[in-house]
Formats: sequence, structure tokens, C-alpha cells
Amino acid sequence: MDASRRKFLAQSLAIGCSAAASPFVTPVTFASIPSDNRLVVIVLRGAMDGLDICAPLGEPVFRQYRPGLSKRDFRDLDGFFALNENLVDLLPLWKAGELGFVQAVSTPYRDKRSHFDGQDLLEAGLAEEGGNVRDSGWINRMLSLIPGAEQDSAFSIGRESMLILRGDFPVTSWAPESRVDMSPHGQMLLDAIYAKDPLFAQAGQTALTLAAQLSMEQMQGDGDEEDAEMMAEMLKSMRSSQEAQRASGLAAFAAERLKEDTRFATFSIGGWDTHLRQDRSIRNASKELQAALLTLHQQLGPVWDKTCVLCMTEFGRTVRENGSGGTDHGTGGAMIMAGGAIKGRKVYGDWPGLEEAALYERRDLMPTADLRRYAGWAAHDLFGLSVGQIENTVFPGVDMAGNPGFLR
Amino acid sequence: MEQSFATKSAFRFGYGFSPTDRDVAGVDDLMAQLRGPDEGVARFAGPMLEERLAIQRAYQQLRNTMKKGDDSVKPELKKATRLRNRMRGDDTRHLFQRAMMDGQGFRERIAFFWMDHFTVIPKGRAGNALWGNYIEEGLRPHITGSFGDLLVSAVTHPSMLIYLDQVRSTGPNSPVGKRKKQGLNENLAREVLELHTMGVGGAYTQNDVRQLAELLTGLDFNKDGAKFNKRKAEPGAETVLGKTYGGDPAKRSHIEAFLRDVARHPDTARHIARKLAVHFVSDTPEQSLIDHMEQAFVQTDGDLPSVYGAMLDHPAAWAPLGQKTKQPFDFMVSSYRALGVTPQDYKKPSNGQVNKQLILPMQFMGQPLRKAPGPNGWPEEAEAWITPQGLAGRLQWALTTTTQWGQDLDPRVFIDTALRELSGGTLKFAVSGAERRVEGLTLVLASPEFNRR
Repeated sequence: MDASRRKFLAQSLAIGCSAAASPFVTPVTFASIPSDNRLVVIVLRGAMDGLDICAPLGEPVFRQYRPGLSKRDFRDLDGFFALNENLVDLLPLWKAGELGFVQAVSTPYRDKRSHFDGQDLLEAGLAEEGGNVRDSGWINRMLSLIPGAEQDSAFSIGRESMLILRGDFPVTSWAPESRVDMSPHGQMLLDAIYAKDPLFAQAGQTALTLAAQLSMEQMQGDGDEEDAEMMAEMLKSMRSSQEAQRASGLAAFAAERLKEDTRFATFSIGGWDTHLRQDRSIRNASKELQAALLTLHQQLGPVWDKTCVLCMTEFGRTVRENGSGGTDHGTGGAMIMAGGAIKGRKVYGDWPGLEEAALYERRDLMPTADLRRYAGWAAHDLFGLSVGQIENTVFPGVDMAGNPGFLR
Repeated sequence: MEQSFATKSAFRFGYGFSPTDRDVAGVDDLMAQLRGPDEGVARFAGPMLEERLAIQRAYQQLRNTMKKGDDSVKPELKKATRLRNRMRGDDTRHLFQRAMMDGQGFRERIAFFWMDHFTVIPKGRAGNALWGNYIEEGLRPHITGSFGDLLVSAVTHPSMLIYLDQVRSTGPNSPVGKRKKQGLNENLAREVLELHTMGVGGAYTQNDVRQLAELLTGLDFNKDGAKFNKRKAEPGAETVLGKTYGGDPAKRSHIEAFLRDVARHPDTARHIARKLAVHFVSDTPEQSLIDHMEQAFVQTDGDLPSVYGAMLDHPAAWAPLGQKTKQPFDFMVSSYRALGVTPQDYKKPSNGQVNKQLILPMQFMGQPLRKAPGPNGWPEEAEAWITPQGLAGRLQWALTTTTQWGQDLDPRVFIDTALRELSGGTLKFAVSGAERRVEGLTLVLASPEFNRR
């Protein structure tokens, strides 16, 4: 081990010990909530084209609407719907009943087709844009209803601040590649200057505690020095590279937390706004999504069986291809679900058909269900929330009538 | 302690104090910054559009030659690549250098606001080569003029045409559309209404988006620059927001006529007034402030200095500080200024240094430059920035930067330079109690007092 590595390890360990022992830093507490189930929500930003991801090849008119895009090498799912070729590595999950879809769903958002309002509404879980939409997200409100939930119960992962987790209930967010190289004494002083500013105090405490904890965990390994060295090296390369910021990096970090006391994890995958040459432009985002789901599957181990992953987007895209081989902003879309806790190998939802008269405003897939209803039943079945709590607090105004029964 | 005019002005309407800047004495002082020539671009700017296009063309040609198997151009290509990359690094550096200048803080903050309002995320090779020019020639000459001119210039600049896919939108019944079976792409039309002018709450419909998309066809760009391509323009007139534009033959002036009309729309006045107030004054500004600015916008047909002036005239502009937090770019610029780093100190760092000192840290703080989350630009609210990972990014950058630039500074003096009367007893005590100079300086830069405005 060279000198700089030794110093790096020593410093990280020092931060770890002092943070735990310091009276100025409240360690993140690990209280687990009664349920052993996990919910992962992946927000797909940019409006994923559900008709390209889970394509209704059984619709006679589909190919007429999409002369270019329907040429893709789709893989059959159930004889009617088929999977986008860029997600082909997910087929084993489908066959195992651990991957499913919901078609023709949307939030209550209509008509203006703005990504930003659409995403806000999706994460806020509310029925109308404007007003207090950016104040709190639905996972945060859900946490406040679960007895025993603690700050470490919910994690948002990545550089962005996720509205879906924002709100009065304390939650944690972190980016896997973050670090703070401050002396223990400096950290104490920092804690003191943040004391009177709750926003800085909470962010600062979490940052220092997590930076310390994570370096401890990474350093300790199974106590073998060789291992520790390897981990340090990995950590270093992770920090310096873009890897950690990619979806698989976020998923790996999520899996680590979910194996501990975290019950909710959320992150986002962008790149779905495919106005142009969608045959190619949807590839990156799809590959990222595929890698994220496979990483969760691989790294969660036995916890995968207790996990439900919901991938949701702000709205769907036009049924017709546009003039540049892409699609424009639409309305009804698809939700992807995965995990050992779901009853997959099925495309859920009430399929409205693609005849022009059946389309929303004669251009978009008609939404036949509120996607909040599906998320609401996940909250009900996984964490025992009552229908009343969901209709009043988590997703105000949602109609929960009829459990689609997609959880085992 | 009572916050002085100079302090409020430096924090809320500028990039903070620097040891060499003189204090802003009053509103007239701020407004005077907007009247002169654009000193920032005069001192720090990249090549003009033509030259950038030429650099890009030369590079592209050499690449194509290489691809065809002619290795003899390898050294030339290497040079051309370096030239292109250098330009990109310079564009980033210039953004910081302009903002770091003394005596120009308000004007520079306004320039950043409009860069964000008309967000362009460079796409592809041409997008990256042109980005700096979009800011320098496309936006900045108009930010002290009328909103209509600014809108026309921003929306029709090649950078915007590439970014929001306008170059790929073709009238389905135009000659090109019929021959190549190409059609509309709604992207730019939607964002013009939703983001650039009326705002998402504005009185427009999906049909207006569609009609505007038809009207915008013909706006095009190729390797020689932006041009109007009649052969891609949808024939016939379009009705947008109840008014009919164009007709045959299609002309670029039809598009400009619409843009100038929508620039004066009452919904646009409201949207712009609100966004400015949120950016400068408070995440939740007083309605009376927005009303006052909106009125100035309407009365002057969008004369921007009048709108800025209305903001500065309103008492809400001079409420106590602390209602917003600095975004990472502002945090970095104001840190450099407080540390006494001048734009000249930043002369010609290598691209590697630009990457290490500017690009990566911004990414870690949650604001990757050139990569806003979307055409809506960066979020404004404090909660979006002061997250554990965002704050860790600020701390880590402050530790590195004070190590590089703060060797000769005494933290107990620095706290007064950076914060004057804003520094409280606890902060002073903590800073003087730090065990290392660098950590003392870092505490100042990481303090809520320095990060809030």
C-alpha cells in the first residue's frame, strides 16, 4: 500500500469514528419500519414512449401509424404486446414473472403536455398543477403515515433533488461519488454554524455522516486489508469516473441501502424525449433502464423477492410518428413494474385500442386509468396503508376502486 | 445588524463582494451598468459565428477525409481538434471571467438569467462549437434592449434551432416534405409558448402549438449558418393565438411578426415579470412586486431595462437578505471574488484545469454546466440545491479552492471581506477556532450567510 493510499484510508476512518462519537453530529438512525417490503420508484424523465417500449403489435393499425418505428426487432411478450429490442435482456425477468407493464395509464395531467408540469404532478402525486405542487412529494407523505419510519427509511439517489421525496418528513439523499475531506474538528465547527438554519443543518449533518459511514463501510469490507485496498481503489475510480452517475451506479447504491433499513429508494433516468429519429434516440435511455433493473435484480439478492420497482413517466407520446422519425408529447403511456414482489409476465390495464376515434384528441393513446391508482395499491399491499389514507393524503383525489392485484 | 444597501445589492443583484470592487451606492448605480457597452463580451469572448462555423467545417472535413482512409491529414486533424476543444474550454472560462469582473455584477447576473431562460443544451458537434456564440452574439446584445428583439434573436439562433429540433421540422406539404416524406416536429413551437413567452399557464392550446410548428417551418441551419429555407416551409397561412400569419410565399418575416406579437402578450409580461422576481428577489415573491414589473413590461412593450428598473424600485427588492440560496455557479463566482481571484488570474488554464476546477465541481454541486435538466433550465428553490450531496460538493470545492487561492488570507479578515455585517458571533467564533487556515476560509464559504441571498 503506498503512502497516499494509507493516508486516504486513515483519514476516512478518522472521519468515520469521530462522526459517530461527536456530540455535534446526530448519527442517521436505523429504525426499521414494520414491513419488510421495498418500493423503488424510477422516474423516467422526458416522457417515455410506452408504445415503443411495450408495443401493441397485435393492433392492425399500429404499423400504419408508425411506418418507421414499427420496423424495430420487437420481442413477443404475450402474443399482443411486444418488448422493445433494447430491453431484450429483461426477457428472463418477464419469463420469471418478475417484469410486467401497465398500459394506457397517466397522471391526471392533461392537454398542455409540458414535461415540467407533467413531472411535477407525477412526483407530487396531486391532481392539479400550480399552487403548492412543488412543496411535497407522494413518497414523503406516505412515509408520514407509516409507523416507525425514520430518516433512513427513504433514500433518493443521484445529483438532483427529487420532488417525489420532498416534504416535512425527514428523508435522505446522496450521490454515490460524493465526499467531504474535512477534519473532525472542522466538521464540528460546521455543525455549529449550521445549527440555526434547518435547511443547512439537515443537509450538512446528513452529508458528513454519510460520507463518513460510507467510507467506513467501504473500508472495512471483511476486515482483510487487501480487500480494503481494493475497495478504496474502486471507490476512487468510481468517484473520478462518470460510472457512478449512470443508472447502474445509482441502482447499485440503492441496492446497498435497500439491503439495510431503507424501504423506499428513488432515482431518475432521463433521455426519453425522443422527438427525433426515435429508432435510435430511445436506445440510450432504454439501455440505462435495463442496466438499472438488472443491477437491482443482481445486487438485491434475497431482498429482490420483497421488492417492487415502479418505473413511471410524466406522459406518453403521440401514436403517430412525427415528421422527423420521432414522436411528440402525448397523453396515455405505460408504467413498467419489476421485482420479486410483483405478479409479472402480464400487461395490466384497460387497453383502449388505437382506432382514431379511440385516441385522446385523435392523436394520443387514451388514458384509461390513473397511474396513481397503481402506485396507491402498491402502497396498500406493501406497507398496509388504508385506502382512505391513500385517497386523502398520499394521492389526494385518486379513485382507488378495484385492486388490480399486481402484487404477490 | 442592519443590512446596508451595498450588501443587499452585492448579494441579491450581484456576485458578492470582492476586495477590489467599489460599493454600489444606489439604484442608479446598478442601472448605469446596463447603459454602457457590454464590457464582459468586449473583454472575454470567443470567435464570432462565421469563424466558429469555419473551425467546425474544417474539422468536419478533415474527419471525413480521415474516415475515407487518408491518414496523411492526421496531424492537421489533431490541430483542428485541439482548436475546437480549446474553444469549448474558453467558452466555459469566459462565462466565469465575465461574471467575476468588478463593476458589472448586475449586468452579469441578468446575462445568466437569460441564458437560463433561453436554455440551450448543446447537441452534437455543431451545437458545442456554437454554444458560446449563442450567449455572446445571440443573447447578450439584447438583454438591455427590448424583449421582442431578444426573443427573435434567441429563437432563431442556430444553437436553438439545433437544440429544439427545429432543423428537423419540415412542412409536410412543402416541396422537401413531400419529396422526402418529412413532417412537423413540435418541440420548438411548444417551448416558445410554454417556456420562452407565455408560460405554461398562458392562454394557448395544443392547436396553437401545432399552428406555430407549421409557421416555424423554414427556419433552418446548415454548415454555413442559419437561413430561411422556403422549400421546407409549410404552404399557406397559419393562425396562432387567433391571429393569422404568413401566406405564400413563406418568409422569415412572418415568423418574426408572430414572435414580436407574442413578446408583447399580457401572459408573456406576467411570465417574465414573475421569473425575474423569483430569480433575483425571492423563491416566493410578493404579488405586488410582480404586478409592478408586469406593468412596466406592458407599458413599455417589453423594454427590459424598464422592467429591471421596476424591480429595483419596489420595496420588496430591498427586504432583508436570506430569501434565496445561490446556485452553484453563483456560489463559485462569488467565492472567487471574495478570495480576490480576478478574471486575469484565470488567464488560459488548460482544458484539463477548466474541467477539474469548474466543470466537475459544478456537476458535483448539482449544476452541470451545459447540461440543465431540460429547456426549462435550473430550478430556483433553495431545497433543490441545499441537499446533502449538493452541500458536500460545495464543501469539497471550497476546501480545494481555498487551498489554491487562499494561502495568504487570514480567515478572520476574510470573513469581513466576504460577509461584512452579515457575519454573526457564532460564525466568527467558529472561523477563528478552525485548526487550519483552509478550513477557516472554507467555513466562511460554506456558511448559510454566504450561501443565502
